[in-house]
Amino acid sequence: MSVFSFIIGVVMVGLAIFAIEAKKLLTSVIMLSAMSLLSVILFVIMKAPDVAITEASVGAGLTTAIFLLSLRKLKRADAE
Amino acid sequence: MIQYFSMMLVAVGLYGLLSQKNLVKLIISLNIAEIGVNLFIVSIGYVEGGAAPILSSVSDNSSLLFVDPLPQALVLTSIVIGVGVTALALSLIVSVSKSRNTIDITELSSGGGDSE
Amino acid sequence: MKRIISALIALLFFFMIVTVLNSDSSDSMGIPRYGEVKLSERVSAKYIEKSVNGNEDVINFGVTADAETGSANMVTSIVVNYRSFDTLGEVTVLFISATGVGLLLGGGRKRIGSVISVSPVVKTASRVIAPLLMVLGIYVFAHGHLTPGGGFPGGAIIAAGFLLLVVVDDEKRASKGLKILEGTMGLLYVLIGIAGLLISGSFLSNFLPTGVVGELFSAGIIPVVYSIIGLKVGAELSGIVDDFISEGGDEV
Repeated sequence: MSVFSFIIGVVMVGLAIFAIEAKKLLTSVIMLSAMSLLSVILFVIMKAPDVAITEASVGAGLTTAIFLLSLRKLKRADAE
Repeated sequence: MIQYFSMMLVAVGLYGLLSQKNLVKLIISLNIAEIGVNLFIVSIGYVEGGAAPILSSVSDNSSLLFVDPLPQALVLTSIVIGVGVTALALSLIVSVSKSRNTIDITELSSGGGDSE
Repeated sequence: MKRIISALIALLFFFMIVTVLNSDSSDSMGIPRYGEVKLSERVSAKYIEKSVNGNEDVINFGVTADAETGSANMVTSIVVNYRSFDTLGEVTVLFISATGVGLLLGGGRKRIGSVISVSPVVKTASRVIAPLLMVLGIYVFAHGHLTPGGGFPGGAIIAAGFLLLVVVDDEKRASKGLKILEGTMGLLYVLIGIAGLLISGSFLSNFLPTGVVGELFSAGIIPVVYSIIGLKVGAELSGIVDDFISEGGDEV
C-alpha cells in the first residue's frame, strides 16, 4: 500500500508543478481538477469516507465548473 | 509518506503564490496549497490497523479499533469553505477585468486610472 | 530572478517542515508519527464511545436505544451534535460568499450561450438524468447519520444536476424561489438552535428522542439538521452557478 501512495504522491506533485508553469489557463484548470481526483484516492487510503465523498463532489465537480465558466467570461471581457 | 507529499504540495503552492503574475493562477496556487493542508490534517488522525469511523451491522464493533474522527470533521468544514472563497475570488477577478481590462498584477498595481 | 528566489523560499519552508517531522524528541513537537496514535489520550475516545456525559455502555448497531447521539456515523455526530456551533459558522461563511457573488455578478437578464451545438439526443437524455441526480443528492443527505456523506456533498450533487440542465439547455435560468429557499433554511437552523435552548437549556442541543442506533428515524435532530443544510447548500451552489452564467447588467 505504501508503494501505491508513493506513486500517487509523485504524480500529484508533478501535476502541481505543471499546473503552475503551463502557458494556457485552461491547462492549469484541468490539472487542478485531476489533482482533486487523485487526492480522493489518498483520502480513501487513510480510511476517511466522508471527506472523500465531499472532496469528490465539491472539489472535482463544482470548483472546476466555476473556474471554466469564469474563464469564459474573462475571454469575453478581453475581446471587447 | 503521505505527510511529506502533502507538505511538498504546500511548498509548490507557496512557490506559485510568490512567482506568478496572472490573477487566476494565484487562485489556482491557493487551491493547490489547500489540498495539501487538508491531506496533512487527515493524516494526523490515522491509526495503524484502524477501521473507518462508522458503526455497521457487518462487523463486530466491540473489539474494533477506529480511526480518529475529529480531524475528518474539521477537514469537512475546510473543504466547503475553500469552495466559497474560490467562488467569491473568481467573481472579484471577473469584475476587476471588466473595469480595468487586465488581469496582470504588475499592471494593476502600477497606479493606472479607473476607466469608468 | 523572481522565480529563483521564490523557489528558494519554498524549498526552505519544505526543509523546515521535514526537520520537524523527522525529529526524535518526545511527541515531535506536537505532530505524532504517522499511524502511531494512542486514541485513549485524545478527546476523540469520548466521541467514539459516545460517553461525553459519562455513561459507559457499549454501543451495538441495531440494539442500543437512547444513546447519547444515536447516529451510527461518528463524523456526523461530531459535526452536527458535539460541535454544531462550528457548522453554524460554516453555513454563515457559505451564505456570505454566495451573497457576494450575487452582488458582484448577478442580476443580468440575458445569459451566455453554449459554445457547442448540442444534439436533441443529449438534450432529452439530460432531462431524464438530471432528476435522477437530484434524487441521489436527496438520498445522500437524508441518510447522513447512517452512511458516509451528509449535507454538504448532498447539496453539491443537487447543484451538479442543475449544472447539467444549464449546460444542455440554452434558455434555462434559475427561478427566484432559490434565493428565498436558501434564506429560509438558514433561518430554520437558527430557530432549531433556539428551540433547543428553550427546551433543554443549551443552544443547539439534541432535544428529540434518539431511537435505536441504525434505523432511519433515529438520532434526534441530526437528520432534520442535515436535511436543512443539504437543501440550503444545494440552493446556494445552484445560485452561484446561475450568477456565473448571467450577463448584461440590469438593463430592462
